[in-house]
Amino acid sequence: MMAQLVFYVFAAVLLLSASMVISARNPVHAVLFLILGFFNAAGLFLVAGAEFLAMLLVIVYVGAVAVLFLFVVMMLDIDFSRLREGFQRYAPLGLCIGGVLLAELVMAFSNWRMAPAGVVAPLAVQPGLTNTAALGTVIYTHYVLLFQACGLVLLVAMIGAIVLTLRETATGRRQNIGRQHARTREETLELVNLPLGENVFEQGGFLRPKGSYYEIAVPGSYGAGEPEKTETEEKGA
Amino acid sequence: MNTAIASVGLGPYLFVSAALLVLGVFGIFLNRKNIIVLLMSMELILLSANLNLVAFSSAHGDLSGQVMVLFVLTIAAAEAAIGLAIVTVYFRNRGSIQVEDVTMMKG
Repeated sequence: MMAQLVFYVFAAVLLLSASMVISARNPVHAVLFLILGFFNAAGLFLVAGAEFLAMLLVIVYVGAVAVLFLFVVMMLDIDFSRLREGFQRYAPLGLCIGGVLLAELVMAFSNWRMAPAGVVAPLAVQPGLTNTAALGTVIYTHYVLLFQACGLVLLVAMIGAIVLTLRETATGRRQNIGRQHARTREETLELVNLPLGENVFEQGGFLRPKGSYYEIAVPGSYGAGEPEKTETEEKGA
Repeated sequence: MNTAIASVGLGPYLFVSAALLVLGVFGIFLNRKNIIVLLMSMELILLSANLNLVAFSSAHGDLSGQVMVLFVLTIAAAEAAIGLAIVTVYFRNRGSIQVEDVTMMKG
């Protein structure tokens, strides 16, 4: 009984916030309703017994994706009133297609029977394991290739997003990759004998050799010329 | 089938998921001009798929569904990141994210 009540509360708030997402006048409000919807979807996952996925949804979606949306909405200076123009024009078409889709889903659902147990051998949940542990035993054995492919997808997405949004500016600090690779340990690392209780102020007070950044930087990209004193990182002061 | 979903049943889950899918599709038509809300509608559609997978997974006592949700979440996150990066670059170059202004590929 309690589970049913919780389910219906979460489901109602989820559907309400989803309808607010698509109808909100201000995209910032839409993103905030999206966050509320994800929270409630996480609640539904909890009721279904998928604790790990519920937490993942909160962390990944609310923590990362929705905040990314929020950043973009707030960063771009958009005239939102112009974006609302076609609202009434497309609403009937959308209602038509949405209604057809809903009718088809209802028809499919009303004529659907669950396959009898034993037709397929399910990847059963081992008793005594928490949801997270059980998922772990499956992911790293049965689905290890898909898991690796997911990592690859995320890597490609990360590189793609960086490549798309990286802007070459005059003041950006860039490395000369060839010079960086040609460096040896002797020219980058300076070992100093330090007596007990002393610091390196007498010896110049630096941790890296002077000008070492300028040796590997693309000329002109690291500050304006070589200054007389390099990065003085105080140690033990 | 664990106890909580046994008391709720599979049907309500599927109904919520179907309603979420329809809302997402409706949102795509409703917000034809605003590409950010289009992306959010796609997130709603993916969320409804996830809800379906989780419901079936726990109704059958089969973990495969939850593993698939994990992968769908990965793809959705990648899609959102790339989509928003493209939106940002487009806005930087053209000063607008009107969907109707994107006509450079039209011959």
